[in-house]
Amino acid sequence: MDLQIAILLAQDGITNGAIYALLALALVLVFAVTRVIFIPQGEFVALGALTLASLQVGKTPGTLWLLLGAGVTVALVDLVQALQRGSHRRMPRIIAWNLIYPGMAAAAIFLLKPAEMAMPLQIILTLMLVVPLGPMIYRLAFQPLAEAPVLVLLIVAVAVHLALVGLGLLFFGAEGSRTPAFSDASYKLGGIVISGQTLWVVGASVTLIAILYQFFERTFYGKALRATAINRTGARLMGISTVMAGKLSFLLAALIGALSGILIAPITTIYYDTGFLVGLKGFVGAIVGGLASYPIAAVGAILVGLLESYSSFWASAFKEVIVFTLIIPVLVWRSLTTHHVEEEE
Amino acid sequence: MQSEHPPILEVTDLCVSYGKVEALHHANLTVGAGKIVTVIGPNGAGKTTMLGAIMGLLPKSRGDIRFLGEPQAEIEVERMVAKGMSLVPESRALFGSMTVADNLLMGSFMRYRLGLRDHAETMERVFTIFPRLKERREQQAGTLSGGERQMLAVGRALMAKPKLLLLDEPSLGLAPLIVKEIFHVIADLKQAGVSILLIEQNARAALQVADYGYVLETGEIALEGPADQLAHDPKVIESYLGLGGAAQAASSWSAPVAT
Repeated sequence: MDLQIAILLAQDGITNGAIYALLALALVLVFAVTRVIFIPQGEFVALGALTLASLQVGKTPGTLWLLLGAGVTVALVDLVQALQRGSHRRMPRIIAWNLIYPGMAAAAIFLLKPAEMAMPLQIILTLMLVVPLGPMIYRLAFQPLAEAPVLVLLIVAVAVHLALVGLGLLFFGAEGSRTPAFSDASYKLGGIVISGQTLWVVGASVTLIAILYQFFERTFYGKALRATAINRTGARLMGISTVMAGKLSFLLAALIGALSGILIAPITTIYYDTGFLVGLKGFVGAIVGGLASYPIAAVGAILVGLLESYSSFWASAFKEVIVFTLIIPVLVWRSLTTHHVEEEE
Repeated sequence: MQSEHPPILEVTDLCVSYGKVEALHHANLTVGAGKIVTVIGPNGAGKTTMLGAIMGLLPKSRGDIRFLGEPQAEIEVERMVAKGMSLVPESRALFGSMTVADNLLMGSFMRYRLGLRDHAETMERVFTIFPRLKERREQQAGTLSGGERQMLAVGRALMAKPKLLLLDEPSLGLAPLIVKEIFHVIADLKQAGVSILLIEQNARAALQVADYGYVLETGEIALEGPADQLAHDPKVIESYLGLGGAAQAASSWSAPVAT
């Protein structure tokens, strides 16, 4: 291996690592706020990529049916609850978000011609379809279990993952999709070729991480999510409802997942089940950070990307094995250096 | 007895159970507008349970709670906060890895959510009440001393501009000098028009600052009356103030009693 190849592999590793870093941050966020180990994180990657691909070839993305179905279900559950509690004031909001909004999304897809739109508009449309699924899934699967132990939440997360993979197969079929690159440009830097898409992925990831940082450091809602993660009861006493915090963190996780999918769709062919593996690699990064530290999780995820890229050169058959074996020394190191904390009631 | 104004909080026949064990039996309690009402009693009498049920942290098994004259059909923490009730829990429940200023800011989250953006002003007011917090504003809450933590917990609750402040054992684990400071603040808050429901084991200090008091024993209200009468009640003196407690009470505190 000469320097040229080493640099090429590093470039590859950092590109994938940037995506894993985004997913790792989403996993840490969701776990910190809701104690859910969000296995379906990767499914949002696949949904984002496949929805964009469908829009581009002029097909109606199956995500629309998912959004309509989830919207109707959430509306039914919430309306029944609102009726039982006699809180009629909530009803217009419930109807607007879960029935009218998906309806408008459907109208946009059928009336406008997404295939002829400019790519930024297609991306916005994709996000409009995929991102609301996050809070809806929280409402249906996790909100009723807010007080359940971590293990129960994990089992439900696995169930949601399986359901979403199945629905992905149903809506998008078994064939993979790839979208055109954001940019065909390539730059030469001292004999190394850097593709425009690589710059897009890294640049977009860094920007998104910077925005998230600002969100958590500067805004009321970002601080409220941190407060919930630190002390749930304390946060409730400030009027920060657990449900609001849960929905907001799932919204961010869905947004990060869908954007990640959109970013990697031009680099790799995405199948209905690709997301799981991508999400797991983000999870390895998150584990390096102990599911608690954002910066360590991000660094760990970049490490995973690099490890994956170099091991695919030296021992491509064992690429996944090597990446996931990383978890063992990390867990040993963590269990030796951290004190065990009993789970909070 | 307490006030001509309608009471700010009226609790009737409140029962709370943990599983099959009833921790609070048929409690009745009233907090008049602008008054400090205290509930004293030994450990495990159900004082914290009562606050939890009033705030909506715990489900009640029966009973009515009227807040600001309105019956509260469904007691939910967030809703009670929005209506103007703030609880400072015994554990303080601070956000340890956030700064003092951010902790205070979170206190005004509900007001921010309701579109009331006066947190900067309110924070300045909290800083005039607790100048120590202003010095420490950029420090993480987890690094504060016990007394500063309690000040932060009370300050954070005040950020919501509550109409009724529920205080659970504000003197717990604090040095006498700090306790005195906290009780001064409680008396000052009353002057500022905040009604307070104060739960205390430090019965002497509580009865000095309060207008009206209840004694809670094994989940039942055993005794009630104006605070100065309770402070002279032989049973209270014997159980909660110690022998000669009343006489001591007069000397050991430079009483911040407000009228």
